[in-house]
Amino acid sequence: MSHAENPRGAERSARRPRQLFRNLNAKFASLPMILTALVVFVGGTAWTVAHSFTKSRLLPKWDFVGFDQYERLWNSNRWMISVENLMIYGVCSLVLTMVLGFTLAALLDRKIRFESAFRTIFLYPFALSFIVTGLAWQWILNPDFGLQGVVRGWGWESFTFDPLNNPDIVIFGVLIAGLWQGTGFVMVIMLAGLRGIDEDIWKASRVDGIGVAKTYVRVIIPMMRPVFVTALVIIASGIIKLYDLVVAQTNGGPGISSEVPAKYVINYMFQAQNLGQGFAASTMMLLSVIIVLVPWAYLEFGGKKRG
Amino acid sequence: MAETMSPPKSRLLDGPRGSKPKSRFSRRNIFLYGTLLLVSVYYLLPLYVMVVTSLKGMPEIRLGNIFAPPVDITFEPWVKAWAEACTGINCDGLSRGFGNSIKILVPSVALSIAIASVNGYALANWKFKGSEVFFTILIIGAFIPYQTMIYPIVIMLREIKLMGSLWGLVLVHTVFGMPILTLLFRNYFTSLPEELFKAARVDGAGFWGIYFRVMLPMSIPIFVVAMILQVTGIWNDFLFGVIYTKPETYPMTVQLNNIVNSVQGVKEYNVNMAATLLTGLVPLIIYFVSGKLFVRGIAAGAVKG
Repeated sequence: MSHAENPRGAERSARRPRQLFRNLNAKFASLPMILTALVVFVGGTAWTVAHSFTKSRLLPKWDFVGFDQYERLWNSNRWMISVENLMIYGVCSLVLTMVLGFTLAALLDRKIRFESAFRTIFLYPFALSFIVTGLAWQWILNPDFGLQGVVRGWGWESFTFDPLNNPDIVIFGVLIAGLWQGTGFVMVIMLAGLRGIDEDIWKASRVDGIGVAKTYVRVIIPMMRPVFVTALVIIASGIIKLYDLVVAQTNGGPGISSEVPAKYVINYMFQAQNLGQGFAASTMMLLSVIIVLVPWAYLEFGGKKRG
Repeated sequence: MAETMSPPKSRLLDGPRGSKPKSRFSRRNIFLYGTLLLVSVYYLLPLYVMVVTSLKGMPEIRLGNIFAPPVDITFEPWVKAWAEACTGINCDGLSRGFGNSIKILVPSVALSIAIASVNGYALANWKFKGSEVFFTILIIGAFIPYQTMIYPIVIMLREIKLMGSLWGLVLVHTVFGMPILTLLFRNYFTSLPEELFKAARVDGAGFWGIYFRVMLPMSIPIFVVAMILQVTGIWNDFLFGVIYTKPETYPMTVQLNNIVNSVQGVKEYNVNMAATLLTGLVPLIIYFVSGKLFVRGIAAGAVKG
């Protein structure tokens, strides 16, 4: 045990100007955190952003080319499709997981029986890997043997539901799987929020003769604003990372019609050996996360000190 | 519970409590349970289809419909998925990926929790100048897309000669598990009564003494929550596995994807579904066994993201 550990020693050094060796054990123990934060998170991100302005191809190198990579990126058909897909997926997934998640939570909060059984069923997909989810839905949406085949087998011969092979709607096929996996998570957050609401609110609204649905819309939802905001931020930053699900379910196909930005980055870095494009694309992903996070951080922590 | 303890006088004034007893089959109940049951079917359907498909032979799959229960139950697809399915030149099935995943999982979970719990403890009880700044950077870092850090990490792992090895991946999992776990432990240790820490200090215990003899024994539940979080997270990882390992060391998810989405050969849907279920089995078992603790784990991540 060092001197700083001894309570009397600590007291004495507290009076003296702070020194590097005070509280040495805590600093030593925090070293992994400090290294992760500074080297990997800050250093790694800065490295990637800096190299997005170079013409690195097979290997990273310092040939500064300004915004060339970004110009090429935004002129690339594949990137535009990726961004468009992510937008569609993102908006639909945000709205639907929030609405469905809240509705399910509200239904479960109506003092029903078997609540925990229902909750277990709604949440289990969240425990699965996106790869498992993607492959399961790839099979269910299989045009010959899956849902379409079954309905046709029932005699409705012209029934068509083949999103995974139709470039126009393939992203909605991915969305179905994504919703299946993610809604339970939102439901759990919402349920926690609903449970935090005072029972007296319900009593008051009953006394005033306000209907259940109206109470939810007018009173409960406004009260749950912080819960909604938290859920929104978590889902939004998860959507930007969308990668495994697409790889498993469609691998970007048919053609390049279900590509997403995260996949663009990995493909250009590790398959097309065009590092510069990968760096530029990943910097764009970072930028979109910042766009989501900064307003939230400002609302949440702006003004008051961060605790 | 507290309501039953209230004095009987107010009980007389208020009359009977609670809403009027309704018939079990009121319109409200039919709507409520009907909706919930319908949604439950949607949620359970994929699992059901996977199980049913994995127990059928290929001829039955080609003729029948995916929702029909198997006529001839066969476990051959499971055996094949586990021991014979091919990825590239290796034809020893998913068992290889399972072994790799276990070899990645155990050290990753142990290392990440050990490091993060000590980190959280230092942040909660032994603040030093700058500790909160580093913590804030760490938490913000959790929102940075992995894609912006992936390539620098490739270079770092190459430098320390761990690229492509299981230990390299263990290190990556430890690093990326750190924000959420540190947050979890910091918040938990902060919530413990401070007198406890002060008393141990007065008794002369130091940094490690308090950690091992006071904090650790009191925090078993939070360690279990952290374990659930990490086991499911690391088992389900695909991105890091595909980038930082090579075919011989691929974790189960990567191997699964390669088996199912391979373009060669005839598609054996029953084997594919058995393989998919096998990969999903570990997190599913953890989920069903842990119950409330799993929910607590994800809530911990959500409450103060």
